[in-house]
Amino acid sequence: MTTLDLPVASVVEEPRARFRDLVGSEWLKLWSLRSTGWSLLLGALVVVAFDFGTAWDHYRYWFQYDEGSRAAFVANDMALWDAFTYNAALVLILASAAMGAVAVVGEYGSGLIRTTFTAVPARSALMAAKVLVVAAVQAVFGAVAALGSFWSTQAMLSARDVGLPITHPGAGRIVVASALLAPVCAVAGMAVGALLRKGAVSIVGSVVLLLLLPAVLSDRRHLTAVLAHATPLHAWQRLGDAGPPAEELFPWSAGGAWLVFALWALGGAAVTVLAVRGRDQ
Amino acid sequence: MIEVRELTKRYGSTTAVDALAFTVRPGRVTGFLGPNGSGKSTTLRMILGLHTPTSGSVTVDGRPFTDRPRGLRHVGALLDAGDVHGGRTARAHLAVLARSNRLPLSRVDEVLEEVGLAGAAERRIGGYSLGMRQRLGIAGALLGDPPVLLFDEPLNGLDPEGVKWVRGLFRRLAAEGRTVFVSSHLMTEMEHTADELVVIGRGALIAAESLSEFAARGRRLSVTVGTPDRVRLTALLLGEGAEVEEEAGLLTVTGLSAARVGELALAHRVLLDQLTSRTASLEEAFMELTADSVEYPAGDAR
Repeated sequence: MTTLDLPVASVVEEPRARFRDLVGSEWLKLWSLRSTGWSLLLGALVVVAFDFGTAWDHYRYWFQYDEGSRAAFVANDMALWDAFTYNAALVLILASAAMGAVAVVGEYGSGLIRTTFTAVPARSALMAAKVLVVAAVQAVFGAVAALGSFWSTQAMLSARDVGLPITHPGAGRIVVASALLAPVCAVAGMAVGALLRKGAVSIVGSVVLLLLLPAVLSDRRHLTAVLAHATPLHAWQRLGDAGPPAEELFPWSAGGAWLVFALWALGGAAVTVLAVRGRDQ
Repeated sequence: MIEVRELTKRYGSTTAVDALAFTVRPGRVTGFLGPNGSGKSTTLRMILGLHTPTSGSVTVDGRPFTDRPRGLRHVGALLDAGDVHGGRTARAHLAVLARSNRLPLSRVDEVLEEVGLAGAAERRIGGYSLGMRQRLGIAGALLGDPPVLLFDEPLNGLDPEGVKWVRGLFRRLAAEGRTVFVSSHLMTEMEHTADELVVIGRGALIAAESLSEFAARGRRLSVTVGTPDRVRLTALLLGEGAEVEEEAGLLTVTGLSAARVGELALAHRVLLDQLTSRTASLEEAFMELTADSVEYPAGDAR
């Protein structure tokens, strides 16, 4: 028997490869895991709970503050400080970075990545689609957490007539900066995951990069202050600073803080997309 | 058609695959045999572009697989049944793959039906047995209706009914003109499945030929002879150019047929009380060929 008389199945009719099919596939991949919805819900609830707890504390003990403190609270727009607290930001960073890292290392840990890259040999395009889907979902997650915090805290403080509307100067910036902190940190977590490829190591790496490092960088020296300003946590703090300019040794502009957000998002996306090139999977 | 040319892969100082060259042709089932750790999986990964060769090249239907932006319509592969996420259902897992390659969702139900998982489609993969995962992996390979199919140890974990079904499936896929390349470390698995064999050991090619040619290697004729007059018969046989070994009162003769041994005995009036010819099995041929290249032998090497 020769092979010549056999039907040739090698001529493949194929529709054009579209990026949006990869986006659709990654969207399906994310939501077909039960843990996705639960993590997002739980994360948002914890973040809002931290903020609401602070606002409730101010409401509960309002009349135990002296007259001067109450006047300062109003004069300095301190209601906005309750709208998204530092602790809530730490929780948000932790949750988003971990979810971002898991979106990547979850595939490596299970070996699914080989199935994925066999189905889609255009690895970088696939990772770009993944970044897009995770960033979009995290942006919505951040917006829900930030708006939920703002609404619940200001409603609570309004019971003491000190709540502020979202149209108050600086309020919108706090909400937007807090909302965007989620996708920025999630993409950074993805980049760490794509580089390290191991679940536990990647999550620890993200925490060190996004939480520990900014915490230990002192703003008392120029070099460490510049490095600290280059982290998403400090950028968020700068943008959330709605009151009068604090006594800072090395002041920096809100524009610089937005730029830090943008660079982390773009840099993280670039690392995630490029890390899969040419490496044995 | 898969064309492997001088493919080499080194990890540090270890050479996993060493200047491997062979061609896998369409229209037949080709078995890819070698002991554990001989480089089969590494070779399959290089075919799929998951690993980059240190040197050499491999093409699938004339092009490196990594040139294809989407793979499922070109090559279907089952590398490891564990390459899935246990948290997804079988249908969701396949739907994700189908969506990425712009395949209609109806294909998901078709392949689930074909591999016999339609009833378990909504169950999470984490609760699947190894046999069910193998079936799911095969479903994934069939999704894009590709002309080339690769399977790494697909029979692991399958029950006898499953093994029979997989063999039938491979035959049918080959009969449809597809290239079917199936790895295994057991000759017995390939004996009833493959038409062609590619045998490797320690990353290097040992044989690339049809199953019948390979079998002929093992058919080194040996004849067992029993006679009261062993000394005289041995001298006669040696005179005819045969090799003779004596063990437990019986002579094992290689290089002469049973008929010729009988003739010789008759002509010289030597009494025979036993005359049996035997052939080595494919398994023995495989063991013999790969004996020198077993990576992790148990106890003393033969």
